Amino acid sequence: MTSGIGAWGVYLPFWRLERKAIGAALGGPSGRGTRTVASYDEDTTTLGVEAGRRALEVPGGWSPDQLLFSSPVPAYQDKTNATTVHAALGLAQRVAAFDMVGSVRSAVGTLVAAVSAAPTVPTLAVLAEIRTGLAGGADERDSGDGAVAFACVSDGAVAELIGRASASDEFLDRWRVPGEPYSHQWEERFGEQAYVPLAKDAFADALKAAGIGVDDIDHLVVAGLHARAVRAVSGSLGVQAGVAAPDRTATIGNLGAAQLGVGLADVLERATPGQVVVTLQLADGADALVWRTTDALPAVQQARAQAGLATVAEQAEAGRSDLSYASFLTWRDQLHREPPRRPEPSRPGAPNMLRTEEWKFGFSASRCLACGFRHLPPTRVCLRCKSVDQMEPDRLADVEGTVATFTIDYLAYSLAPPTVGVVVDFDGGGRFRCELTDCDPDAVRIGTRVQMTFRRLYSADGMHNYFWKARPVGDTPVGDASAGDATMVSDGSTVPVSGKEA
Amino acid sequence: MASNGIRDRVAIVGMGCTPFGELWDKGADDLLVDATQDAINSAGVALDDIDAFWLGTLGSGNSGLTLSRPLKIDYRPVTRVENFCATGSESLRNACYAVASGAYDLAMAVGVEKLKDSGFSGLTGIHQVGDGTGTSLTSPAAFSFLAPSYAHKYGVDPEELKEVLTRIAWKNHYNGARNPRAQFRKEVSLETISKSPRVAGELGVFDCSGVADGSAAAIVCRAEDAHRYTDAPLYVKGLSMVAGPAAGPIDPDYDYTTFEEVIRSAEDAYRQAGVTDPRSQLAMAEVHDCFTPTELVLMEDLGFAERGTGWKEVLAGTFDLDGELPVNPDGGLKSFGHPIGASGLRMMFECWLQLRGQAPEDRQIRSVTEGGRTLGLTHNLGGGPGECVSFVSVVGSEPSA
Repeated sequence: MTSGIGAWGVYLPFWRLERKAIGAALGGPSGRGTRTVASYDEDTTTLGVEAGRRALEVPGGWSPDQLLFSSPVPAYQDKTNATTVHAALGLAQRVAAFDMVGSVRSAVGTLVAAVSAAPTVPTLAVLAEIRTGLAGGADERDSGDGAVAFACVSDGAVAELIGRASASDEFLDRWRVPGEPYSHQWEERFGEQAYVPLAKDAFADALKAAGIGVDDIDHLVVAGLHARAVRAVSGSLGVQAGVAAPDRTATIGNLGAAQLGVGLADVLERATPGQVVVTLQLADGADALVWRTTDALPAVQQARAQAGLATVAEQAEAGRSDLSYASFLTWRDQLHREPPRRPEPSRPGAPNMLRTEEWKFGFSASRCLACGFRHLPPTRVCLRCKSVDQMEPDRLADVEGTVATFTIDYLAYSLAPPTVGVVVDFDGGGRFRCELTDCDPDAVRIGTRVQMTFRRLYSADGMHNYFWKARPVGDTPVGDASAGDATMVSDGSTVPVSGKEA
Repeated sequence: MASNGIRDRVAIVGMGCTPFGELWDKGADDLLVDATQDAINSAGVALDDIDAFWLGTLGSGNSGLTLSRPLKIDYRPVTRVENFCATGSESLRNACYAVASGAYDLAMAVGVEKLKDSGFSGLTGIHQVGDGTGTSLTSPAAFSFLAPSYAHKYGVDPEELKEVLTRIAWKNHYNGARNPRAQFRKEVSLETISKSPRVAGELGVFDCSGVADGSAAAIVCRAEDAHRYTDAPLYVKGLSMVAGPAAGPIDPDYDYTTFEEVIRSAEDAYRQAGVTDPRSQLAMAEVHDCFTPTELVLMEDLGFAERGTGWKEVLAGTFDLDGELPVNPDGGLKSFGHPIGASGLRMMFECWLQLRGQAPEDRQIRSVTEGGRTLGLTHNLGGGPGECVSFVSVVGSEPSA
């Protein structure tokens, strides 16, 4: 019985902001590289769902008994966000769901708690971050958005925790009073002198606990929002050259609460069995975790590649970097733009949402047991054969589809107009009309392949309205007009093309 | 089970219609008073002579009180009906059936909508608490699915289809320019229409109907009593209303080039009315041109053109004011405006004028005055492609032999 991390999932949002766009707009120095940006329809809950979906791609199938969700910027307070993630992942009702929200340090605590619980309570840990700062500041420029999830299994782990140590101390480096949109930081040099000895202590204690020496380390991940301290610590631990995990902050930014986990996932995607991985988090102290990969790792790496899950390295290089700084500020609620001259959307009803929970959050359709017709949304009476209450639930969140027809709506209420509306025909039957997100409106075609993604449609009266949208599969089909045309010709006489042949 | 119809058993003996437009100085109450007074004067009766009322409005009021309060109706049945954009037609249909049943001698159908008090230039929905999974797409977006699908199915070049849609808007503006009650009473050039700002998909501002306030009313009685009120009644030949299972958005077989609900309601109304070849038998048609692609598709669904040829007929001028079968001679929703609850009765008002030879000279259609045709059609649709209610009526100036 090898308990520990059984699988991982990383989600980096589609959008990138080029740092030079900030300088170009504000007239300051021009930064280099890009940062990840959660779209206008994403929050830490939806990012967490996307990461969680990828982590549940465990060979042979796996379901947790417990879900732990951690984020410094939860979408709700006084309402558990983990239950939203739980519902969107289609987890069983008996699965516990807890928030562990707070500082970046809460994220590493969540991971430790999940791994510690795993021998008896298999746990999914979800760590999500959306981080920015005031316009023109370092946090805005250097941070990033993303999420990571770990399936912490009771057996069959690809990485087991063989030692850990912490160093806690009370000092003020970074802080934010509830309600404030941005954090504050004390003078940078103060934090550095506080962090470095704590990190060294935790690191040394963890190696001792694991019974290894510094030369036994194959991979080292040091994470923390205090970049200067992270650099100083990384250079002072005495690890061998080439051990330090690649620093992707130039491309994706510092993911805060998700940075350590994304770094660990990045390592697990390249590591071989029997290697030692040390993760060291600098956040209000230091936490060092020593992992050893197992013989189960290659099979999991292979299965994930076969399932088409993009690696951290691939996700870092993907995405779209032409996001305007004005859009970025708008999406982060820093630039208050004139709203569309349309009525604002109204909040949904709590009883309505509970009644249709499996549909709204789990994207579960209904399939007629009598004739097989698939209904989105689920219905009690079959469209085709009119059978009543002869339905079985049919979750389509992970089923792909084809755009049957589409339109660009310049009038619909949106933070990022225009809204793209698509009619999607799902592989294996069923049609649904919804929004297409993370796309270039000019590149959508009949025949574009899409997958579903969990999003926040809008917020109204302090209530978030979550549901699913379509997005183009990968980066390739969008804009590939010839692929769409070829699909259409296969039918010839009618449009839209149906996905039924799949 | 049968839809038996009430052919020639009921007649319209008086109608009224307010000007449509942005009527900042009129509330729904004013519009109702104006339209019903017109209708009463038209039929030569008093309000007290009306035995029962059907009021259609999408959202300008609830219950029969919306009518009885402003009109000070004394203790008689007033029923409020609602059926999306086909609401006005629904009120007429119910009034006709009430009279046909013998329950009442004289009934009034009235429709009203006050849209311009919302503070928004476009249509605004009526809020119902939901689960938040409904589409955010606007009506023009929903109807804009039609154009590319039609072009693809019938191999029409998208540029050419754009010309077709532009011509539909141009025609309806041409007709509306000859209608003193219309919201937009100006001809608009093809270029202005085709270059208007995009609203959704291929649709520009000029592909969309006007958002207007307005009201219209009709008074109906049993056909045998019609000549007590007028020398020129309009006989009801067929009335059909269908609601579909809203299959389009969930059925991969739906291809966004047709409205099954329209086909079914047209078949039913034609059968009731004894119409076998609508294109040669009808003098005119008022159809639900909420957006230009809708009118194109309707030409085929209503049987005015063979499948896949409606676009050619549009370009050939078949449906122009002086064409073989004039469609929307009053300007249609496009230029007359679309106060939801009133539109179905507004369509009937044009039949009332045209079939009885009372339309203004510059838009009186020759199919009536010279062609000897006596039948008119109204088509009223509510919802969107693949999920709508559809109403078709056939009326005529002559009782059947």
